[in-house]
Amino acid sequence: MLNRILSGDYPRSKPLTALLLIIVVSLLLGPFLFDGIRAFTTLGMICVFIMVVAAYDLMLGYTHIVSFAHTMFFGIGAYGVAMATSNIGSTFPAVLIGITGALALSFVLSLLLGLLSLRVKAIFFALVTLAVAFAFLSLVTQLYVITGGEDGMRVRVPRELGPAFRPLDGTLPGIDVPTLLKGLLTQPWNLGQVWQDSLFELRLSGRNVMYYALLAVSAGVFLFLLRLVNSPFGRVLQAIRENEFRAEALGYRTVVYRTAVVILAALVATLAGAAFALINRYVNPENTLNFELMVFILLMCVIGGMGTLYGAIVGSTLFILAQTYLQDLLKWVGQYTDGIPLVENLLGPGHWLLWFGLLFVLSVYFFPAGVVGQLRIWSMRRRSRDQQPPDGPEAEPLPQT
Amino acid sequence: MSSQQAVLETRDLTINFGGHVAVNRVSCQFHKGTLTSIVGPNGAGKTTWFNLISGQLKASAGQVLLNGEDITGLSAAKRADKGLGRAFQLTNLFPNLTALENVRLAVASRHSIGHIFWQMASSRRDLADQAMEYLAQVNLAGRADYLVSGLPHGDQRKLEVALMLALEPEVFMFDEPTAGMSVDEVPVILDLIADIKNRQNKVVLLVEHKMDVVRSLSDRIVVLHNGELVADGKPAEVIASPVVQEAYLGASPETEAEVAHG
Repeated sequence: MLNRILSGDYPRSKPLTALLLIIVVSLLLGPFLFDGIRAFTTLGMICVFIMVVAAYDLMLGYTHIVSFAHTMFFGIGAYGVAMATSNIGSTFPAVLIGITGALALSFVLSLLLGLLSLRVKAIFFALVTLAVAFAFLSLVTQLYVITGGEDGMRVRVPRELGPAFRPLDGTLPGIDVPTLLKGLLTQPWNLGQVWQDSLFELRLSGRNVMYYALLAVSAGVFLFLLRLVNSPFGRVLQAIRENEFRAEALGYRTVVYRTAVVILAALVATLAGAAFALINRYVNPENTLNFELMVFILLMCVIGGMGTLYGAIVGSTLFILAQTYLQDLLKWVGQYTDGIPLVENLLGPGHWLLWFGLLFVLSVYFFPAGVVGQLRIWSMRRRSRDQQPPDGPEAEPLPQT
Repeated sequence: MSSQQAVLETRDLTINFGGHVAVNRVSCQFHKGTLTSIVGPNGAGKTTWFNLISGQLKASAGQVLLNGEDITGLSAAKRADKGLGRAFQLTNLFPNLTALENVRLAVASRHSIGHIFWQMASSRRDLADQAMEYLAQVNLAGRADYLVSGLPHGDQRKLEVALMLALEPEVFMFDEPTAGMSVDEVPVILDLIADIKNRQNKVVLLVEHKMDVVRSLSDRIVVLHNGELVADGKPAEVIASPVVQEAYLGASPETEAEVAHG
């Protein structure tokens, strides 16, 4: 059963399994474990970006296609829902029309891009996607009347997905894990009080409905992609990544496969964009189409580990957590360094991007294959060390990647 | 032999790179159950001719016909689908996949299942079993789970041949299959080539420099020189003909010595 769900692609590393379990449980019980609107948004963003990054990894990690147009498709999805709901009304059919229209537009654009890869290869393809993405960004910014330009658009979600809707009367109990952990660290002698402090009452609202719908979609998309990369189709993608010339000589029409991957990644990004619009309820060029966002997606993919779909989960979680909470952490550390001249300055919350960059450099240094890739390599080495007799065969057998 | 339709034919096949004509109006027919060796000094255009036939290069002029059908305009992938198998001179594999996975890709291509995205690849045991058989044919069964990048050169050459076998093509194109192999590995490949020839319904094309190999295996020898076909016939006749002595052997003293001793 588990084998079928995970398509035989297990984490293959104990620390990774533990890490993934923590993330999955946190996402599943999220609204009951983390209090506050900020934590809620963070959970939603993680679900959205798991899809975005997994789709990007399908291109980058599995097929070696470098595209900078991923945010364009994300934006198409987000604006599709925003425009449909503002023009038709806050109804489910409107959302559905928005998503369908966005998917159709993404399909056409990605088909054109994919076919372009027949003529334009590697870095040149990447540059073309960059140009297309920029063109689209300025188009959205210029078409003020339709898109709201730089100001963006509010997304009026259907009532059932909004904060006013109550699926249940009364409240449900929740335990705020951050408060609990902080209490355990700072006043472990006062357990009862810490426990009391971390309890909170959760009033379920339409936002929670939205969150769980998003989580279900995200999980479904992820498991679908996991199946895809472990299918015969996925094997061909790996072959194209390894040696496109040879894949062609074996009878695989590589341009068809590459185009299919570009389209599929675009459609998933569009879907994620639509989900983003619904959970964030505000879209503008900066949060959907910006080049900075594209770089962030690339970083999440690299930090998690290219060519490992689990990397999308780990990468987007770590990245979004750092992005959201690094400033808080700096502020907290800053209390203790007040008055120390240079350090005080460096640890100012305004400098969070500096520390963020440093974290990235460190992660690439210690996890050159990404977190997931590196954990797998380590446990593979440990296994082969345990299994191998001291004299060993002449060449080291390696399980397939 | 001429009454029967040729499986593979090139008609006035030509390619020029800028001003240089690498293959010049080469016309040749290949029939079932024959093994033809293509010889010629380095730079004669043998590999380029192969590339034109299997589709890695597009011809400037002329045609390639497979079972009477003009395939000149088809991509390499489509030609492979139609039964043109090619083993490359420079080892050309998937380095970070296992030997088994390399062959399985070829088997999957023959079964046309590359588009299946809803099944687990591992659920097709039959494909892996078939791939194992081809590995066994080239004595690589013990290396199935090794990454190709870690295999010694000779094993990679054998794997290259296994990939072509796995495609079960109608036309086998070997480009110096034994180059760089150790002496004890060569017979495995030569036996395989002889075996394919003995199936009687396949066409085998062989580019090879080792004259003893050429003489013992070939039904026919074609000589290329400066991109032109200069001789074509039975091994003994071709090797003895004056045009070959001049064009081929005159051009390279080492080959002359090889022939004299081989």
